[in-house]
Amino acid sequence: MVPLSHYLVLSAILFGIGLFGALSRRHAISILMAIEVMFNAVNLSFIAFSRYLPQSQMQGHVFAVFVIAVAAAEAAIGLAIVLGLYRNFKTVNVDEINLMKW
Amino acid sequence: MSVEQGLFYFLAAFSVALALIVVLAQNIVRAAVALIFSFCGLAGLYILLDAEFLAAVQVLIYVGGITILLLFAILLTSRIAGKGVRVLNEQKVVSGIVAVVLMVLLGLAATRGFEAPAELPKQPENTPRIGTLLMTTYALPFEAVSILLLAGMVGAIFLARKEEK
Repeated sequence: MVPLSHYLVLSAILFGIGLFGALSRRHAISILMAIEVMFNAVNLSFIAFSRYLPQSQMQGHVFAVFVIAVAAAEAAIGLAIVLGLYRNFKTVNVDEINLMKW
Repeated sequence: MSVEQGLFYFLAAFSVALALIVVLAQNIVRAAVALIFSFCGLAGLYILLDAEFLAAVQVLIYVGGITILLLFAILLTSRIAGKGVRVLNEQKVVSGIVAVVLMVLLGLAATRGFEAPAELPKQPENTPRIGTLLMTTYALPFEAVSILLLAGMVGAIFLARKEEK
């Protein structure tokens, strides 16, 4: 049997990779992909907790279903926004989209 | 090392390696394809955790839906990054440090913070149980998610439509 902490460490690693991508990629769709990696890391830890903790009644699975549904909505709207950005700015690099200045 | 442990380490290494490709690849189409396989690796891990329903949902929605949507958006918008195109912005060092620190902290919390149960508890049959929970305890969030998905669908169509002159 694989201990619970291994799953949690894997989840932490994936979350860190996703965070790095979301903070440092330039392409808007790359950022969305990195966020999907983070969603998956969270789902993995939900499911691992749901499997290993004795008081669990599979709430972790239900939570993961909700996370997946919200991720699907987020991807659809995010991509629509990316298409709109491309139409207006002719670029999808988020550091070139600097309409608002400070 | 048992078969389960071997499978776990293989799938874990596979998912992490492909997630690294997603984040670091020069070519964004390659990153999207790596994302597909990373999701497949995670679906395998879900099966190891006795979550067959979620593994199927993962393959259907992430692999079959979201990544295909992402690929379409990539092909519709960008010049595919060739050689010499910067893919990371100037805050890559700082964000790398932040990500590594967070990883270490979460890892420490995961290894030190939890009293790991010695043996696996018995788990109810998962697909019927999820269905029951969604229709009883979690009926309200379930309906809220359906409204969210409807709103998201209408919003996405509205945003992505060409403006009519």
